[in-house]
Amino acid sequence: MAREPDVRYLQGNEAIAEGAFAAGARFFAGYPITPSSEIAEIASRRLLELGGVYLQMEDELASMAAVIGASFAGVKSFTATSGPGFSLMQENLGLAVMTETPCVVVNIQRSGPSTGLATKPAQADVMQARWGTHGDHAAIALCPCSVQECYDLTVMAFNYAERFRTPVVLLADEIVGHMREKVVLGGPRGVEVVDRRRYSGEPEGYMPYLAGEDGVPAFAAPGGPSLGRANSSMHDETGFANNTPENATAVIRRLHDKVYNARSEICHVKEYMTGDCDIVLISYGATSRAARAAAMRAREKGLRAGCLTLTTIWPFPDEAVARVCRRAERVIVPEMNTGQLIGEVRRAACRPDVVGLNKFNGLGIDPGEILRKIEEVRT
Amino acid sequence: MSRAYTRFLLGKALPHFWCPGCGNGIVLAAIARALAAAGLSPTEVVVVTGIGCWGKADDYLNVNAFHGTHGRALPIATGIKVNRPELTVLALMGDGDCATIGGNHLLHAARRNVGVKAIVVNNFNYGMTGGQYSSTTPGGKATSTSPFGNPEEGLDIARVAEAAGANYVARSTVYHAAQVEAYIREAISAPGFGLVEVASTCPTYFGRLNGMRTATDMMKWLRDVAASLNAARDLSEEERRRRIVIGKFCDRRAPDFNQRYEAIRRVARESGFNPGVVNIGR
Repeated sequence: MAREPDVRYLQGNEAIAEGAFAAGARFFAGYPITPSSEIAEIASRRLLELGGVYLQMEDELASMAAVIGASFAGVKSFTATSGPGFSLMQENLGLAVMTETPCVVVNIQRSGPSTGLATKPAQADVMQARWGTHGDHAAIALCPCSVQECYDLTVMAFNYAERFRTPVVLLADEIVGHMREKVVLGGPRGVEVVDRRRYSGEPEGYMPYLAGEDGVPAFAAPGGPSLGRANSSMHDETGFANNTPENATAVIRRLHDKVYNARSEICHVKEYMTGDCDIVLISYGATSRAARAAAMRAREKGLRAGCLTLTTIWPFPDEAVARVCRRAERVIVPEMNTGQLIGEVRRAACRPDVVGLNKFNGLGIDPGEILRKIEEVRT
Repeated sequence: MSRAYTRFLLGKALPHFWCPGCGNGIVLAAIARALAAAGLSPTEVVVVTGIGCWGKADDYLNVNAFHGTHGRALPIATGIKVNRPELTVLALMGDGDCATIGGNHLLHAARRNVGVKAIVVNNFNYGMTGGQYSSTTPGGKATSTSPFGNPEEGLDIARVAEAAGANYVARSTVYHAAQVEAYIREAISAPGFGLVEVASTCPTYFGRLNGMRTATDMMKWLRDVAASLNAARDLSEEERRRRIVIGKFCDRRAPDFNQRYEAIRRVARESGFNPGVVNIGR
């Protein structure tokens, strides 16, 4: 039955918190840090109401560990942080990958390195979201560019975390986290929520890491008839250590494939005026809003510009990027860093001539700057 | 004695991989016996381990298990326990996990008084990596990274946990095996954060480098170095530091984290979840 749309005027961080609760999250552990703290504050209040638990941990190492513990106990869990906290979370992000524990990590990016410009926006954790934790691993990271997407992509992040039993990073930035816009919560048919596949066989036959056809093992929470087992060390289907080269190859391969085989479903992009464009702007997060404005202004000046906005940055949407770049004469990648995702664009498009527009002074990229770049590169 | 405790042990995984003369097996058996005595079933128990020799203990226990990262057993266990208070959650840690890399988590788990039970095996050095000094290695002792003596003083885990707010804290040694089991049993049944520290043997490294080459030497050392809380009262501060004080440091009944959180939830519900109307003495 269709219901009245729940229209609100919210901040991005507020929409992220509401998206998490709509997706079924009932546990938050975190350490307050600007510009993400609103999410912790909202969680501390709303989780009391929703029957969940809010825990303010002693640091982000503990926050990530508690989130993983809660999810192992069968409760959908998340945390929210920014640069310095995201660095501390890298250790146990790897633990979530290896133990196949679903969880969502929100990173409202701010300017670094280290304490940096503590309250100012940046998009400089792009590669950290991919490779921050040690060892070979797959990664899923989603970049919202509006308050509506803060809500929608948080739900999507939980759904991917549950479906693939892996951590998912919601990689927002300070601009999106703190902007206020209209947002529709729930949607006409409610929110589509995915839950991890539960084990339903004989209790004694449960093997915690026996993967299904999709490469994802079935889950059994402790306290039920089967014994749950999670292991940070290399393990086989039983959950017990197995250090043989054959097993290690199979496990690393499966952890990678369960995500990358579903790449075409996970990779979302948005295209604006790309049908006939000579110049394409490839961007993500808050920067993509400036890119769209710049493309429209360029069109008014008779320059055929278009935009490819990357909603999913990890796995990288190779196909969409290659397809759009094939048609365009010039490719510009504006980002709030010294040039991180541009390398992926060059690789996917096989084009060393991709041009960057890079800003790393704590200020967002505005449409005028992108327009000037468009005029500069057209020949 | 009843053999019911064997249902908590994974017979097929035994014998364990620890060195001859290691005290870990004594503590492992004490845990299994204490769980059986508490009348628990394996499905109601979760053990969380870190990294190190004692971090392998979950390999031998037939319960739910989470083998985590070095030093993070307590926050992982916290995430489990606050969400599933009906489960018995044990964090098995060595002195590295509990007092060194995870020292901060020990302070806050105790302060939070979360209902996790920490079973800490303190062998005064890092056995797994070759016998380097840890934060509990006594000053002056030789290890593979303090070959001329440790310039730092060791941390007193039990007293730190007591000061930080744990409900139940006790310390014993693997020489006093029956006492270890009794303390673990009490910790499991006590509310809130419990910690049982067990001073243990490491003849392979700590013992060998400090004049105790055999397990027997180390057991005799534990027998002689241990001083009960009562006996320790008559010792000078300096003498006390040279001994291992054993006994029950505290056995409080303060409400645990979950009880306090639910009390807050009741207050919030009565306010209609509106913090503006709650009188908390502002």
